[in-house]
Amino acid sequence: METLSGLAMGFGHALTLTNLGWALLGCFLGTAIGVLPGIGPALTIALLLPITFSVPATGAFILFCGVFYGAMYGGSTTSILLNTPGESGSIITSLEGAKMAKNGRAGPALATAAIGSFVAGTVGTIGIAFLGPVVVELALKLGPAEYFCLMVLCFVTVSAVLGGSALRGLTSLFFGLLLGLVGIDLQTGQPRLTFGIPELLDGVNVVLVAVALFAVGETLYLAWRYVEGKQEVLPVGSIMMSKTDWKRSFWPWVRGAGIGFPFGVMPAGGTEMPTMLSYYMERKLTKPEHQKEFGTTGAIEGVAGPEAANNAAAAGILVPMLTLGLPTSATAAIMLSAFQSYGIQPGPLLFTSQAELVWTLIASLFIANVMLVVLNLPLVGLWARILTIPQPQLYAGILVFATIGTYGISNSVVDLFLLYGIGIIAMFMRRFDFPVAPVVIGMILGPMAEQALRQAMTISQGDWSVFVTRPISLAILLVAVAALVGPRLYGAWVRRMAA
Amino acid sequence: MTTRRSLIAATAGLPMATLLPGAARAQQRFNSLYVFVPAGPGGGWDGLGRAIEQASRSAGLVNSFQFDNVGGAGGTVGLPRFVGQRRGRGDAIMVAGAVMVGAVLTNRTPVGLKDVTPIARMTTEPGVIVVPASSDLRDLAGFMAALRANPGAVSVGGGSAGGIDHITLGLLLKSLGKNAREASYVAFAGGGPAQAAILGAQVRAGISGVSEFAEQIKAGRMRALATTGETRSLDGVPTLKESGIDIVIGNWRGVFGAPGINATQRQALSDYIGALVATPQWKEIVARQGWDEAYLSGADFERFLARDQADTEQVLRDIGLVT
Repeated sequence: METLSGLAMGFGHALTLTNLGWALLGCFLGTAIGVLPGIGPALTIALLLPITFSVPATGAFILFCGVFYGAMYGGSTTSILLNTPGESGSIITSLEGAKMAKNGRAGPALATAAIGSFVAGTVGTIGIAFLGPVVVELALKLGPAEYFCLMVLCFVTVSAVLGGSALRGLTSLFFGLLLGLVGIDLQTGQPRLTFGIPELLDGVNVVLVAVALFAVGETLYLAWRYVEGKQEVLPVGSIMMSKTDWKRSFWPWVRGAGIGFPFGVMPAGGTEMPTMLSYYMERKLTKPEHQKEFGTTGAIEGVAGPEAANNAAAAGILVPMLTLGLPTSATAAIMLSAFQSYGIQPGPLLFTSQAELVWTLIASLFIANVMLVVLNLPLVGLWARILTIPQPQLYAGILVFATIGTYGISNSVVDLFLLYGIGIIAMFMRRFDFPVAPVVIGMILGPMAEQALRQAMTISQGDWSVFVTRPISLAILLVAVAALVGPRLYGAWVRRMAA
Repeated sequence: MTTRRSLIAATAGLPMATLLPGAARAQQRFNSLYVFVPAGPGGGWDGLGRAIEQASRSAGLVNSFQFDNVGGAGGTVGLPRFVGQRRGRGDAIMVAGAVMVGAVLTNRTPVGLKDVTPIARMTTEPGVIVVPASSDLRDLAGFMAALRANPGAVSVGGGSAGGIDHITLGLLLKSLGKNAREASYVAFAGGGPAQAAILGAQVRAGISGVSEFAEQIKAGRMRALATTGETRSLDGVPTLKESGIDIVIGNWRGVFGAPGINATQRQALSDYIGALVATPQWKEIVARQGWDEAYLSGADFERFLARDQADTEQVLRDIGLVT
């Protein structure tokens, strides 16, 4: 009841003309920066921080939340259309999304992403309002040992993107793990594989690598193999989602939102792991007749699920910030510093001491979500028409876009060398049939798993049994084993029954 | 980025200036000043840079500011860029501090603080040693006893390895006559994950800046055992010094000039910062942000810096991060 009256008060404050204006501005800005690879919500909010000197707290936070949610929407657009993920949470979306766009299904892919984001955003925001404090207490029970097991579970998902040859797939995975090692090791402060280049000390940016592998690699490959005269314009096809599309998207949305939210709440969760798990799950759960669309013509489930997971996780990230004052992502950290410049100390007492602000913020999240879906759905037709640009010009545009976005990450020329260096590697990978998705998965999971493992080992004083003596960690490991061998055993059983 | 920054900056100073109509307008020191922040927007160094801007503009010390943020690796990604691009420029400052002293040593970068011109130390933030509220370690004596018995069994969470939190733990072990290498230090990427690990009792204790943990302590979810400043920073929490452990350590922040500037240019920057810290506008910001003022300039600052570098290097050697 307290929650409902809080929400009512929040809506009362958020539904003023000025605050709606801030929300609209935020959604707009957020969508725009989400579209650009490199520039993320954290940097945008940081650049907007000076407005805290002249705008009241409520207005500023409504703006920030609009930017945050908007970026999640915008990130999927370029992933689908241009195979250029705008931020790390939408890397997985591009796996199936870009394939759908290539096969004349850009409209439904964008629509399922937008509606899925709306569904998941709403589920996530309801989660913040009603479950926040409970879920966060549970999330605190997870330590490095549990996180390591979660990452082991996520590594199982690599098997879904390995492609025809396990050797080639694993080679890609190890290339990703190698890239993930670059930079200063957190546990010892020592630089690894930086070759004396200061720009490499902070590691290689994962969005940069994804853009290089997906967009630049493909463009260079096409430039290499392009045959003059064979002018081919990509078909746009139907813009609307068909009845089957709706049916095939619905459960992935729900499951994606269900996986995404708890991962977002976890202090070391993030948006990448749930998108991977959701992708793996949808690939396994899809009806056999659609199974072959995965990795070939693009399956709508593979867009709907991860995109919902991404947005629900983004909502979840706000929970530890609002309930405990814990900044568990770069964006949350910047928002906390904004709280401080208003003289508000975010902490466990925020919900009680700043009830009005917090509930207005939650209410404006609901409003931003509605605004975003209203803003984005009509744009689907417009966006999809980008694909009618003839291929050479389209890919040249993608290259320009990827270059500008990458330079925007840290204004560094070294990043551009990396972008094209990795892009050339990706071109050869494509030529010789190496899958590129395992590179990204290895790069995201590798460093996280390594740190979690070493943190767990330090805490347990080198005792490996922590992973099986802690009940939650053991449970996650068992799920991982089941996910790895389960489908194989099931397949063998089905074959035996048939024989 | 720069143009947007200066544009926002141009408007940001306005409300302050109008808020304080009666405040004394000091003599203008620079028409335009370039501020290099070797960290991303929103962090501690960026905050200090922005505060310098805000106070200087409303006090009329500087007409316009230009900002540049190049983050990463404790400032060692940005440092070479400042050194390379601003040599001999008297109208440029860089914000830096204790974190960079350690990062230069552990990252083994060829460019260090020796390549820039020290101007002044401006603020400091003491650390605090905390345990989860449910911990059986009641006070500092209990914590030290547990460390003495078996340092490996007392896992301590904090920021990146070789940082101030880690160094504080190394100093504590040294004060017990133990080898700093025995420390069971768990590095977390940023304050959020570290706090979560302490609240969830995943680690036995935690060390970080006072402001980072203050709200959790106030809410009773963490218990503060001691702070590391010269004087008390939290009500009812002793300092290490008054508990008989001779350690004073803090995350100091200050400003540096470009390499190769002459004595006049250096004096001008030094005078400017001296005038800045005396303004009511500066005092107001410091109070609002809850910083501890630690102004130190000229030869005093150079002596402090030399000692800090030597001490840090010694501890990092003991821990085994610098060879």
